[in-house]
Parts: sequence; C-alpha cells; structure tokens
Amino acid sequence: MIAELGHLLAFLALATAAAQSVLGLTTGGEAPRRLAVATGMFLVLSMLTLVISFVRLDFSVALVAKNSHSLKPIIYRIAGAWGNHEGSMLLWCVIMAGYGAAAALFMRNDRLRDRALGVQGLLTLGSLAYLLFASSPFTRLADPPLDGGGLNPLLQDPAVALHPPFLYMGYVGMSFVFSIAAAGLINGQIDREWAKRVRPWALTAWSSLTIGIALGAIWAYYELGWGGWWFWDPVENASFMPWLVGAALVHSLIVTEKRGGMAAWTVFLAVLSFCLALLGTFLVRSGVMTSVHAFATDPTRGLVLLAGLGVAGGAALALFAWRAPKIPTGPEFDPVSREGALILNNLFLSVGAALVLLGTVTPMVVQWLGEIKVIPPESASLSIGEPYFQLTLAPMIAVLLLFLPLAQAAPWRKADLSPILKWLTPAIAVAVVAGLVALALGGWGIWLGFGVLVGTWVVVGVGFDLWRRVGDGGFGRVLRLPLTVWGMAIAHIGVGIFVIGATVETATRTERTFPLAAGQSAEMAGWTFEFLGVRPVEGPNYYSTLADVRVTHGGTTEMIYPEKRFYPVADTSTTEVAIRKTLGGDVYVALGDTIRDQPGVWRLRIAHHPLIDWVFGGSALIAVGGFISLVARMRRRNPAVAPETTAVEPSGEKAPVGVVA
Amino acid sequence: MRKRSQRLWLIGAAALLTTGAVGLAVVALQDTVAFFQSPSDIVEKGVGNLKQSIRVGGLVEEGSETHAPDGALLFKITDGKHTVPVVYHDIPPDLFEEGKGVVAEGKFDETGRLVAKRVLAKHDENYMPKETYDALKRAAESGGESTYAKEPTT
Repeated sequence: MIAELGHLLAFLALATAAAQSVLGLTTGGEAPRRLAVATGMFLVLSMLTLVISFVRLDFSVALVAKNSHSLKPIIYRIAGAWGNHEGSMLLWCVIMAGYGAAAALFMRNDRLRDRALGVQGLLTLGSLAYLLFASSPFTRLADPPLDGGGLNPLLQDPAVALHPPFLYMGYVGMSFVFSIAAAGLINGQIDREWAKRVRPWALTAWSSLTIGIALGAIWAYYELGWGGWWFWDPVENASFMPWLVGAALVHSLIVTEKRGGMAAWTVFLAVLSFCLALLGTFLVRSGVMTSVHAFATDPTRGLVLLAGLGVAGGAALALFAWRAPKIPTGPEFDPVSREGALILNNLFLSVGAALVLLGTVTPMVVQWLGEIKVIPPESASLSIGEPYFQLTLAPMIAVLLLFLPLAQAAPWRKADLSPILKWLTPAIAVAVVAGLVALALGGWGIWLGFGVLVGTWVVVGVGFDLWRRVGDGGFGRVLRLPLTVWGMAIAHIGVGIFVIGATVETATRTERTFPLAAGQSAEMAGWTFEFLGVRPVEGPNYYSTLADVRVTHGGTTEMIYPEKRFYPVADTSTTEVAIRKTLGGDVYVALGDTIRDQPGVWRLRIAHHPLIDWVFGGSALIAVGGFISLVARMRRRNPAVAPETTAVEPSGEKAPVGVVA
Repeated sequence: MRKRSQRLWLIGAAALLTTGAVGLAVVALQDTVAFFQSPSDIVEKGVGNLKQSIRVGGLVEEGSETHAPDGALLFKITDGKHTVPVVYHDIPPDLFEEGKGVVAEGKFDETGRLVAKRVLAKHDENYMPKETYDALKRAAESGGESTYAKEPTT
C-alpha cells in the first residue's frame, strides 16, 4: 500500500504545484504561499514512502527489486532510494519543492515572492510531470522476485550516498535563483532590493554544489582506485560549469546589491546557472555520454530534458530581452575599483565556464555531425581530455587569483593601488619565496612553482587584508570583524589552499605498479611496503580478497589492508584502497589483479599523494565560507542582532527601489 | 569616469580576455584531441600513419590477455574483423575482462603496439562503451563477423 500512497502524494503535489503556479503568477497573497508549503510536504512524504519501501525491501516495487538486495546494509538501502534514475528524479522534485516551501516560509510577503513561487511552481510541475509520466518510481511488479538486483557496488560508499543530495541542493537550488530572476523580470524590478533577496538562495545553492562536487571527488579518489580526484570527465564538467557560473553570480550579486551595478548581467547569470544545471542533467541522463551516472541512458528522456531546457531557458531569455533595456545601470566607477575587480572576476569565471563547455560538448557535437552525415562518420569521434582543460583553465584561474587579494582590499568606486601594493609587499615576498621553495623541492616544474606562488599569495594576502581590517584595535578585534568579512576571507583562503594542494598533488604525485609475490617488498617515497600475501574475507554482501601489507617508514611499522571485493549479486568487483594518512599526504595502496602465468604474484599499485587533504580541505573551506556569508545575511535582516554591520551599507528596507545614479 | 569610457574599457577587457582564451583553446585542442579509431580503421590506414594520440574501441579478444616480464598488461582489442595489440603499464579497471567492451587511449610505438595511457572498461554489467558498439557495428556492416554487434542495453 505504501508505494501507492507515495504515488498518490506525488499526484497531490502535481495538483498543488499547478495551483501554486497559477495563483502565484496572478493573484498572489496567502494562497500560493500555503500551496508551496503543501507541495513541499507532499513530496517529502512521498520520498519517505519510497525510502520505507527500500528499507523494508518491498520487492513488489519495481525500483526496489532492481536496485536493492536483502544483504545490503541499511544505510545503502536508504541511499539506494536515490541511487537510480527514478528515485533521483523524485529527489530532484523534493528539493525543488523544498526550496519553494522554504521561500514561502522565509521570504517577505510581496509580489516578488508570489511571482517567484509561481515560477518555482511551474518548474516543479514540469519536473513532476516528467517523473510521474516518464519515470515513475512507484511502479509495481505483478510477479515480485524473491530478492533484488542490488545497488551498483561502486556506489556503496558513504561519500557517494551523500553526494546526490548535496549536488541536487546545488543544482536544483539554482532553480529557485532562476525563479526569483524570472519573477524580478516579470515585475520589472531588477535592482538592489532584488539582489538582496536573491543572494541567500544563490549562496545556499552554490555552497551546497561545492560540497556535492567535493564529495564526488573524494569518492573518485578512494573508490575508483585510480588515485585521481578529478578526471575532467563530462559528468564532472557538467557540475563544474554551473559551479563556475554560480561563483560568478555570488560575486556579481554583491555589486548589484551594494552599488546597484551590473544588474542586467547578474540576472543573466542567474538564468544561465540554472540552464547549465539543466544542460548538465541532460548530458548525464540522456545517454549522449556514458558514465557511472548514466543510469538512464534513454534518448527519449534526453529529448524531454532538452525540451525542458529549451522552454525554461528560452522563456527566461525572452523575458530578459524584453526587460533588459529597462534594467538600470549603476553609478559610475573607475576601472581600478572593487566594481572593476568584481567585473574582472566575472569575466574570468564565465570565460572559464565557456572553455569547459567547449571542451565538454565539442566531442558530442562532432559525433552528432557525423551521425547526420555532415562530416564522415568515421572521423566523427574524438575525445578531449585532461591536457586541454589543464592548459586552458589553469592559466585563467591563476591570473584571476593574482588579482584576488588586491580586489579584496580595493574600495568601491575608485581605488589607489599603490598603498594597497605597499601594504601587501610582505605577502608578495612570502608568496615568491614559497613558489621558489616549491620549485626547488619539486624538480623545477614551472606550473608547480607558479601554482604554489599563486595559492600562497591568496592565503597570505587575504590574511593581511583581515589584519588591515582589524586596524589598530589589537588582536581582540579580530573576533569582532563582521561575519560577511569572515565568510569572504574563509572562502578565499579555501581557494588558496585548494590551489596549493591541487598543484602540488598533480605535479608531484608518484605512482607505480609493482608485481609482488608474498614476502617481496617495494619501496617508494621513503616508505617500504612488504606484501605478506592475500586471504579471503566475507562481507555482508560481498566476498573480499584482502592483502596484508606491512608498511615501514622511519622506524615505525604498521599493517594496511587493501582489498578487492566481489559482489555476486551484481557480478562486479570493486577495489577498496588502503590509505595511510600522514601530515604531508596520503600513502595509497590498491590491490590489482594476479598475473596469469606467475601464480601467487599480485600487482599492487602504490602511490604517494602529497597534500591531497588540502584539495578536499580547501573545497570544504570554500563551502563553509559560503554558508557563513549566508548566516551573516540572515542575521543582518534583524539589525538588533547584527551590531557589526558596517556603516556604509544602507539598510535594505529603506534602499531606494531602482538605482542611485 | 564617464559611462561611455566605462563601457569601452569593459568591452576592451572582455575582448582581450576572450582572445586570450580562444588562443589557449586552439593551442590546447591541437595538442590534446584524441580521435577515435576502430581496429579496422587502424589496419586500413596503417599504424605508421597514426602519429597522434588515438582512442581504440572494441572487445578484449578472448585469450589475448597476458603479462610482460615487467608486469605490464598485454592484450588485444578486436572488432571481430581486425585486432590491435595493446600494452598497458598500470592496473586495468575492475571491470576489464576478456570478451568485454574496452576503450584504450594512447599512441603507437615503433613495433605497432598501442601504448595505452588510459584504459576504460564498461561501467556496469549491461553497458558497452558507445565507441565500442559503433566499432563493432561498423565492422559487422562491412562484412565482418556480426556476432558481437548487438544493441547496447540500458
């Protein structure tokens, strides 16, 4: 019965979403607000019924039969509810309606909210229709099997169980940013007040996206067993493009909110980030490319998604074209100013996103041109890999980051760079020294030196800027700095740490495969690895071949156990690497295969990943910084609890509608 | 600064950056694009004529998987008509198996072996890389053994 209840709840949500969109776009008021909350609640309950079906192993539900198994641990039974196409589409709808409900509860009651709820209702309606009529998770089987098909074993991992919810919080969160942008365009109100209302949602979505992408990278690092954390795979790029545009958006929103400038561009980015999220979903789900994520490689579903992208994007762009001439431009400013710096940031980030887009879709477009015989089909298949992205994106990001500490120190309207540069001279010196040290230690790779220089410059430069903001008040004032400053500084320091980690890891990781018989040992990066042999181990739903490896480093010895697991239900094996964390990086051992003509000889891949935690830690700091900015904004709504607000910011309630020109 | 010069400055910066990015993209694309070839394409064109990085798709030929004395993995990729020998110095993906779909990316050495930098296997039980499927289909259409070419299932 419970699956039917879930199905019914989803249909109820379809009805309330329809009413929400009609009333939101017409009369407004209390009704769309209540309806948005109802849509959210119905869908949360509907998701809950699906999770219950998965936990109870109700194999009469087709989706459970296909994706769960009685031997699966409980947490992966729950995660199994969204580890497949239908369930993840339901999660998509839940989060989309959830944003609507949150907006209904937290946004101030006015026409902007009503219209935004109306547009969000339309988007939810479209997604729900797609869910219910093209990929229903509630379908029953007439003849239920005795046991299920199990979750793809590669996905049985805590990081990847949480990866979809966070990723969707980001992707789908962009839908509400889109909705407020569309609402602002419909109302003809794109101004400082509008930017102020959008910013918390953009920050929530973008920070969640950051966490979602980082979780995916962590999973790739230790579950795929290849030792890489980013492969420039089209799936990864699909999430990276909205991230880059989202990053541009959270920065341009600052200019629009504080100065009333860049308003048209900001709206455009708000529309674009959701379009890219949809494009990403299309790329992943339509089967135009193949990957772990492509669990629904169905061209029809792809077409529906593409149509949705066309309708939503086209309508928003038409709205934009209609209203753009009326969007006011902000006050004048000098190129050398905070406005100028933030424009530069936006140019770099959006050109970067365009480069990623080019590298991602070119192979698909070429292939399609081959299929319709515009070019010979046999020459229509090419791939663009890591070197392209490294060659194009690394210089762009590096140059952008050279400006970051200067930008943070620059005042609005007009800045004088010479005192800023003078103040930052020690930071420049520290960065140059760090770059040279990296060059000397890391074998004179030019990118390594430059990457460390840029990363250090960002971290130290941002630190100096914090110190400057404290002024003469002494150390005690550090804690009294505004939360917004902390959010910005932490995110920027995260970027610096990430850049240092990413360049050092990529440039100096060592990796080798050793064929080893029991008793033999291998050496790498000052570590000795003694292979003691393998033994069989049985897990809840897998059989494992576990290797005993004794690692010795500087007099200390310990055991690590890389595994190779075989999941009989899915008839697949996975590699479980053994990682020994140290201050300077990870030692990483993966058990490979046996060598056919030499019994008892196993291939072990041994790798050293220096500063790998800086990559993940830096990403986490970026997200934390984003969330701190969000909290700062929520606290500022009530002036009584936000005494730290800087005096130059006019209170939003009284901000003139339109622009101070 | 007046509105006009502000706009000029903005357009200038954007144009400069875009030019730089396009330049970078062109240079990078020339070096790094890998074209896909089926084993039949390669045999027809002759290994000697393939200098750049390429991707070869097909099935791992039954019985072709061995190891060199240094532990490197040796196997052959087939499309049912022709085969290409491959050497790979790393551990193959978990799903690498004889008779299953595979894509190898790398360059040919002077002995006519593909020195693979990357080997991709199918991601799950039912999935065959699209490039593998296309290679098998093309070989089958041009009169090769057609037993391999069946629709990839979802």
